[in-house]
Amino acid sequence: MIRLEAIRREFQVGGEPVHALNGVSLTVERGEYLSIMGPSGSGKSTLLHIIGLLDRPTAGRYWLAGRNVTGLSDQERALIRREKIGFVFQLFHLVPRLTAAQNIELPLTLDGLPPEKRTDRVQSILAAYGLAARARHLPNQLSGGERQRVAIARAAVTRPEILLADEPTGNLDRASGREVIELLERLNHEGLTLILVTHDPELGSRARCRLQMRDGCLLADGEAR
Amino acid sequence: MRLKDLVGLSVGALRAQRLRSLLTALGIAVGVAAVVLLTSIGEGVHRFVLAEFTQFGTNLLAVVPGKTATFGVSGGIISTVRPLSLSDAAALARINGVVGAVPVVQGNALVQAARRGRRAFVFGVGPEAPAVWKINVTTGQFLPADDQGSARAFVVLGSKLRDELFGRENPLGQRIRVGGDRYRVIGVMASKGQFLGFDLDDAVYLPAAKALELFNRESLMEIDLLYEPNASLDRLVADVKRLLISRHGHEDFTIITQKQMLDVLSSILNVLTLAVGALGGISLLVGGVGVLTIMTIAVSERTAEIGLLRALGAEKGQIVKLFLGEAVVLAGIGGLAGLVLGVGLAQILTTIVPAMPVRTSWGYVVVGELLALVVGLAAGVLPARRAAELDPLEALRAE
Ligand SMILES: Nc1ncnc2c1ncn2[C@@H]1O[C@H](COP(=O)(O)OP(=O)(O)O)[C@@H](O)[C@H]1O
Ligand SMILES: [Mg+2]
Repeated sequence: MIRLEAIRREFQVGGEPVHALNGVSLTVERGEYLSIMGPSGSGKSTLLHIIGLLDRPTAGRYWLAGRNVTGLSDQERALIRREKIGFVFQLFHLVPRLTAAQNIELPLTLDGLPPEKRTDRVQSILAAYGLAARARHLPNQLSGGERQRVAIARAAVTRPEILLADEPTGNLDRASGREVIELLERLNHEGLTLILVTHDPELGSRARCRLQMRDGCLLADGEAR
Repeated sequence: MRLKDLVGLSVGALRAQRLRSLLTALGIAVGVAAVVLLTSIGEGVHRFVLAEFTQFGTNLLAVVPGKTATFGVSGGIISTVRPLSLSDAAALARINGVVGAVPVVQGNALVQAARRGRRAFVFGVGPEAPAVWKINVTTGQFLPADDQGSARAFVVLGSKLRDELFGRENPLGQRIRVGGDRYRVIGVMASKGQFLGFDLDDAVYLPAAKALELFNRESLMEIDLLYEPNASLDRLVADVKRLLISRHGHEDFTIITQKQMLDVLSSILNVLTLAVGALGGISLLVGGVGVLTIMTIAVSERTAEIGLLRALGAEKGQIVKLFLGEAVVLAGIGGLAGLVLGVGLAQILTTIVPAMPVRTSWGYVVVGELLALVVGLAAGVLPARRAAELDPLEALRAE
C-alpha cells in the first residue's frame, strides 16, 4: 500500500538546514495498524504529512497503491488526498461556524456529491459513532472527545483507504482518549490502513506494528521491519 | 463542488460575521443606489427633453437656408445663397406625401392693444401651422388660406398674450399694432405651455409675408413640412432636395429631419446618463475596496480552515472559488439592497419634487447589479488567490 524509499526532508531555519527526516524507508501493507512513537521533534508529524501528500520530500521516492506519487502536481495530490486519505489532527480542526453534521459533510460537499446521498451518509455515520444527538451542535458546544469523534467521522465519511492520525488523543483526557482510539481501531478492523502517531507508549503499544523515531530516523520496535 | 453548496457555504461564512458583512454590503449598497438614482435622473431628463421635442409631432422635416459645411468642398465655386421664398414653401407643399408646409419667420416685437402693450414672440407662419405643429385655436379661427403674396393683416393671439392685452374683454375683431403695423385679431390659440423655457403662449401668429416685411427680411428662416406617417422619409428628402435644386440652381439649403435631430439628441442624452452613472460607479468602487479589505481579513482569520480544506483534498481552484464566492455573494446582496434603496429614493424624489424628471430604467438597474457582482469578483480575486497559494502545512499550523 505505502512504500517509502530513503525519504529525506530538510527545512531551512534561519539559513541553517534542519533535517526533519534522515532517509526513512518504510513499507505499510493494506489494512495494517501502525503506530509511530518518539520524542517531540523527532520527525513523526513530518513523516505523516509526507505520507498524506500534504508535504513533499526533499529526496527519496514514494509509492502509493503501486503508483509513484513522488513528483505529482498539486492538483493530482489533492485528488489522491480527497479519494484515498483521511486525516485526524491533535487540534481537531473543525470549522467553528458549521454544525457537527455540516463538518462531517464538508468533504462530500467539496467532492460535489448530491445532497441526498450526503445526508444519508452523514446520518448513518453520526448514528454509528453515537453522535446523532449532537448533529446540530456547533464545535464549541461539544466536549473534546465528541469533537475528535466528529473529526474522525469527517475523515472516514469519504471511505478512504488510509487514515493518518497525528496525536489524536493529545488534547483529550484518558477516558475520551480511549474512546477515540477504540473508534480508530474499529475502522482499522473494517479494513482501513491506520497510521497512528503518538508519544504515549501505552497507546502506541496497542498497534500490531510499532515504530520508534529518533532525530528523523526510524528504529524498529517489536515486530520490526 | 455544486454551485448551490458554494453559495450556501458563502452565505454561512458571511452570517458568522453578521455585523461586519452588513457594513461591507452597505458600502456596495450605497454605490449601487447612487448608480440607480443618478441614472434614473439622467433617464428622466432624457425622456423629458425628448417629450419636449416630440410634442410638435415626429413626422416633421425642416428646410433652412444655407448649406452647412461638409468635408471636401472645393474652394472654386462661390455659391450665392438664394432666399427661401414663400413660393418655395407652396411648391414643397405639393410634393407627394407632404400633408402641409409652414413657412416660418420668427422674431420679437412690441404688440400694442388699445390700452396695453407688451413685447412678445412673433411667428410669421402659413395657414397650415395648426395642423403641422399640432396647436389648436380655442376661439375664432386661424389665419385664412389667402394667397400669401396678398395676405390680409390678421393675427391670432397666444393665450397668455390675449390675457395680458385684453383681460376679460373679447379680443375678436379688435385692432392691435405689431411693430407699428395695424392688424385685426381673428382668433386665440389654446395654451401650449413652455418649450425649453420659452412661453409659447406669449406669442402672436401672423402671415409669413407680413412678418418678412416686419423684420425686413428677404428669406424665410425655415419651412416646416408635415409628411404622412407611412411616407418614405428617404424618398421625401430626395424629392425635397430635387425640387429645391431645380428652383435654386444648386443646393443652398439644408434639410433637417425631426428623426435625425431626435437621434442626435438621444445619443447625447445617453452619453450624459452614462457619465452620471459612472459618477455613481465611483462610490461603488469605494464599496469594492471595503470588500477587498474584509476578504483579506477573512483569509488571514481562516488560515487554519484553509489548511484543513486542503488536507481534505480541496484543490487550489476550489479555495479560490470559495473565497471569490463569498466576495461575490457579499457584493451581490449589497447590490440588491442598493437597488431597493436607489429605486426607493427615486420614487421618494418623484413624490417630493414632482417637477424633477426621474425615471428608473430597468436596463440600468440590471447593469447596477451586474456592476456590483463584477466589483465583488474583482475585489475577491486577490484575497482568494492568496488563500489558494497558502502552503497547506503552514496554514494548518496557524491557530
Ligand atoms: N515548517 C517547518 N519549518 C522548519 N522546521 C520544521 C518545520 N516543520 C518541522 N520542522 C522541524 O522538523 C523537526 C521535526 O518536526 P516534527 O515532524 O513536527 O516532529 P514531531 O511531530 O515528531 O514532534 C523538528 O526539529 C521541527 O522543528
Ligand atoms: Mg508532531
